[in-house]
Amino acid sequence: MNHVSEEQLVLLYYGEAPDRAAIDQHLADCEDCRAEYRALQLVLNTVDSAPVPARSADYGAEVWQRIEKRLGARKRRRWSLSHWWIWAPAMTALLVVAFLAGRFTHKPAGADMAKNQQIRERILLVAVGDHLERSQMVLAELSNAPSGKGKLDITDERQMANELLEDNRLYRQTAHSTGDTAVSNVLDDLERVLIEIAHSPTEVSNDQLEELQRQIESRGLLFKVRVLGSRVREQEIAPSAGKDDKKL
Amino acid sequence: MEAEAGGAIERARSGDSDAFRLLVEQHSHAIFRLAFRMTGNEQDAEDVVQETFLRAYRQLDKYEARSSFSTWLFRIASNYSLDLIRMRKRHEDRRERGTSEEHDILQVIPVDTPGPDRIVYGTEVQQKVSAALNQLSAQERTAFVLRHFEGLSIEEIGEALGTGANATKHSIFRAVQKLRKSLEPVVGHAR
Repeated sequence: MNHVSEEQLVLLYYGEAPDRAAIDQHLADCEDCRAEYRALQLVLNTVDSAPVPARSADYGAEVWQRIEKRLGARKRRRWSLSHWWIWAPAMTALLVVAFLAGRFTHKPAGADMAKNQQIRERILLVAVGDHLERSQMVLAELSNAPSGKGKLDITDERQMANELLEDNRLYRQTAHSTGDTAVSNVLDDLERVLIEIAHSPTEVSNDQLEELQRQIESRGLLFKVRVLGSRVREQEIAPSAGKDDKKL
Repeated sequence: MEAEAGGAIERARSGDSDAFRLLVEQHSHAIFRLAFRMTGNEQDAEDVVQETFLRAYRQLDKYEARSSFSTWLFRIASNYSLDLIRMRKRHEDRRERGTSEEHDILQVIPVDTPGPDRIVYGTEVQQKVSAALNQLSAQERTAFVLRHFEGLSIEEIGEALGTGANATKHSIFRAVQKLRKSLEPVVGHAR
């Protein structure tokens, strides 16, 4: 056998040499190759001394704490057609449309009209509450994304922004038509940012990410959406409040 | 542990966050070690750990029990680390073009000219090993770390990185050659 190549020695060191018996035999007979292998072993064994900073015994729990909230958002976004939460917002939106349509096509009198109005407002509250919560997730993901990390994949955020856009338009128009300008204004701001996100490339550069973050921040959008969402949820809990109190 | 993980994976897939928490707690240390060895940077390694579990959670449905769960996590961590190293390299290249006075560990620790009298085994050797690892390309470093520290086979690494066994083998060979060139003077063997 010729001398053992460096590549064969590397494979031997890692236990992946296909012709191990022949190499072992050659090393037993050849001092030069044995010296070469010892030199290789010395270097690779030295590499093991490269230090790794220690982590506490609770490190796994610490990692969990850091990612738990973000996992919640991801979990909600693991949509598929078999899951109700994909089409529930759309169905709710359709119901809102149906009620609004009913408002203009039917003219129920007295108590019926008041009851329908209450139901309509209740549905709108629930739908807008869900919508704001999902929008908040997208905004929070992008706001908290670390800049300076090169290209960032925002495929999930884009997809979600696209899905939210249609509902947002509907809710904004509904809020506008019912005279709820506070909701309408926030949804209007939200819509502009959702459009930006939906039209962004799937991978954004640092500059593009920072521009999105600036837009979210300059409009105080995350804060507005969060406050509005809380108020909507409060209204859901207290549906019997007077009509004027339900205005957001 | 893998058998226990199998149950946890199934539960995590069906939305049981406690099950996923178990997996995070089991594998965080290993992913951090891998990530640090690949990136050479503590903060980057922390980013890799978090991103690995976030990506794993999103892709749980894609996990097939053909490979162990830890190997699957290594694959995610390796690919993310690879992106991070390349991105960092591009950033540093841009920065170096901007100024020639950047502080660089390779300038502080000249690997090629160590001077025998300066060598004190221990911390200094460790620093030289780190510096030598920093000289590897992203692909070489990733393949080498997975083979040397994590014990993945060349075939497994090729599959994980999508490069194939031959290219992986050559990445490891090149890595070893560079490490020998840098470290043999340090460990006292002149070729």
